[in-house]
Amino acid sequence: MSLLFKSRSSQTEGQQKSLFASPYFFIMNLIRQGVHSLGEMWRTPLASLMTIAVLGLSLTLPATLYLVVKNVSQVSSGFEDAAEISLFVKESMTQQQTQTLVKRLALYPEIDKVEFISKGDALTEFKQVSGFGQALEYLDANPLPDVVIVTPTIRHRQPNAAEQLLKKLEAEREVDFGKLDIAWLERLNALLSLLKESVITIALLLLTSVTLIIGNTIRLSIMDKKEEIQVMKLVGATNTFIHAPFLWTGVWYGIIGGLFSFICVALMMWWLGSAVSEVAGVYETSFDLIGLTMSEFGVLVALATALGFVGSYLSVSRYIKEIEPDKV
Amino acid sequence: MINFQQVSKTYPGGHRALEKVSFHIKPGELAFLTGHSGAGKSTLLKLISLMERPSAGQVLINGVDLNAVKSRQVPYIRRDIGIIFQNHRLLERYSVFDNVALPLVIEGTHHKQIAKRVHGALDKVGLLDKAKCSPATLSGGEQQRVGIARAIVNSPPILLADEPTGNLDPELSMDILRLFEDFNHHGTTVLIATHDIGLIARMRYRSLTLKDGRMIQDPLAEETL
Repeated sequence: MSLLFKSRSSQTEGQQKSLFASPYFFIMNLIRQGVHSLGEMWRTPLASLMTIAVLGLSLTLPATLYLVVKNVSQVSSGFEDAAEISLFVKESMTQQQTQTLVKRLALYPEIDKVEFISKGDALTEFKQVSGFGQALEYLDANPLPDVVIVTPTIRHRQPNAAEQLLKKLEAEREVDFGKLDIAWLERLNALLSLLKESVITIALLLLTSVTLIIGNTIRLSIMDKKEEIQVMKLVGATNTFIHAPFLWTGVWYGIIGGLFSFICVALMMWWLGSAVSEVAGVYETSFDLIGLTMSEFGVLVALATALGFVGSYLSVSRYIKEIEPDKV
Repeated sequence: MINFQQVSKTYPGGHRALEKVSFHIKPGELAFLTGHSGAGKSTLLKLISLMERPSAGQVLINGVDLNAVKSRQVPYIRRDIGIIFQNHRLLERYSVFDNVALPLVIEGTHHKQIAKRVHGALDKVGLLDKAKCSPATLSGGEQQRVGIARAIVNSPPILLADEPTGNLDPELSMDILRLFEDFNHHGTTVLIATHDIGLIARMRYRSLTLKDGRMIQDPLAEETL
């Protein structure tokens, strides 16, 4: 495109048009630029690696916090049977009356599951677990009542709905009283949402710092190549042409930093995995840490790439404009 | 081709570099621009290559008023003007080939075309065998010739040179000037800024002389008077 000489270089112009008309050449050109700027980073391996390490670690922290929330949520979802309602059957009831109660409860639409624990079973279990086995031998009669454990359907597990269900069940003739322990569940949920909120805040801060780190790295690299940019402008390079390699560098920092943080997280999970199962062993449960899934890994890298682009774009649009070939 | 009409340039801070300069260089002409250092030679070249804008007056190239050129169009203007600098302004990180190829890469020329044209330009300045060298390993005269090859590789209609022989001995300077003559014979308009009066004296070309920002000698203008 010659502004001064309309007839000039019509040949190259035609060539350029075909270059942009064909998406194949456009993409090939983009890939070539990308590979080239990766090669540029390789020219200063130590500096590039240090930047990547900083970015990787800054991304590792939010990723780890995310996993903490995810694992804690998993643990607390294991406590869903905490939303059980225990119904204590009146002592005066016969075994048959209790059985009809159990059958009747099973027909409730609000109820998912009904479990009956007879006073005999309860005593046996209590003897085993409590360690009062011998002391209990001295009792004349079984002091424990029959218990029906009711699990509400998911819709009726919310604190309010569960409370209403409890009132309804307590109205049953055979039931002495019911018990629903939801206060601690509410506390746990509140704690969990607080944890989520703080993770989001910390993640936002760290992602901002990633953007700024990339922006600053690109700014330094622009300052370093000031002379080169001036010469390019002198021989007719457009700003877009000069921007491209810097934007690519930012994107590469994002991609590689994202991969780095993924490796860090994976190593950490592997390291903590055995420690966690040891703790779980002490508590006589089994618990497996959940790592990042493939799609979460994809999101992590995509996010890092986007931040790389934004960071470098901020620097590029600000600083390349300022470099003009004044001094000849 | 290059037409200055009452052009003045005052830098911020009040330094008046050019004052009401008018001249016209015809297409296919070769002209020298002389004067002491600080007389405004570099400023004049900067106005043509749009590194500076005039404070008053008009600069026209091929009839196009440069005042009307928007800043985002500047790169396209510069592609029509080959510029050669006293200090070469080569990129040390790249090979001679890559340095010369730069204007073509910027224009998006196909890589086969690039190789052909770069070799052609290097052949013209006699450095075909140094294509793979780093500019730092070349002598001053050779570096200057690489700069010339870069300026002519996309065959611009206008060639500007700012003290192209500044650091060279007379013999090398003559070689460089012969190159400019050669390009001129092929139709390129050439404007060379130099303070090397002895060099100009030996060649019969028009020379414009600046003194303290004013045009004091323009043979062509005198003829018309």
